Amino acid sequence: MPTHKRIDVSKVGDVTVVKFVDRKILDEAGIQELGAELFSLVEHDNRRSILVSFDNVDFLSSAALGKLITLDRKVKSVQGRLKMCNIRPEILEVFQITKLNKVFDIRGEEAEAISAF
Amino acid sequence: MSDQTSQGLWQLSIDLPSERGANRQVTDELLNQLGAYGWQPADVFAVHLAVEEAIVNAIVHGNKLDASKKVHVECEVSADRVRVAITDEGPGFDPASVPDCTAEERLEAPSGRGVMLMRSFMTSIEYNAAGNAVMLEKVRGPADS
Repeated sequence: MPTHKRIDVSKVGDVTVVKFVDRKILDEAGIQELGAELFSLVEHDNRRSILVSFDNVDFLSSAALGKLITLDRKVKSVQGRLKMCNIRPEILEVFQITKLNKVFDIRGEEAEAISAF
Repeated sequence: MSDQTSQGLWQLSIDLPSERGANRQVTDELLNQLGAYGWQPADVFAVHLAVEEAIVNAIVHGNKLDASKKVHVECEVSADRVRVAITDEGPGFDPASVPDCTAEERLEAPSGRGVMLMRSFMTSIEYNAAGNAVMLEKVRGPADS
């Protein structure tokens, strides 16, 4: 089983639920590691239904958005599905201002998001 | 580096090295001071995001991570206003030339959102003529009811 430093991975049925270890996602090195771990879920672990929960996340810099965009692209390229949930209002505002809410499938609570797969 | 308080105003003046992570020398204390002055979480988030983006831009794009160059930061926090001035030693740029990151063809670009986020989350941002210095200002929002 792969060891993750930046994410916690669990399964709910067929859905892979990903949570972030860091409450603040902002340093470059950490974001690079985060991206590698997220991408590995698709490229090496063949996860196809992924729910990214922002349950613990207080802060997200714009550098992290790029990793989420790439993850979304990778999941779609294998006909998978990526959803996001539990996003605090200020971070949701970031997605809305950048119009990434039109790219990502953003849901409310985790249970609602899982049922949408 | 100096920090001082007088008449309800916290100030900081510091030169940062042009290396990743140097912004923490400002943001950690800045956020502490916003909390001490009773700023609401939404405004604290906004200031954190904008300052983070601006300092990283100065380090990475302005000074090109050149160890011989510094980023000068001056902060001022009061109960109703935050001002942060960030100056790098690079040649500057034209903020008007930054592509619209919400345009269809750029929506999924991996980067290029920092300036837009700064403008959106701060009350005002103003670049100098050269484009190597920016003043960020946030006027405190209404208190949560």
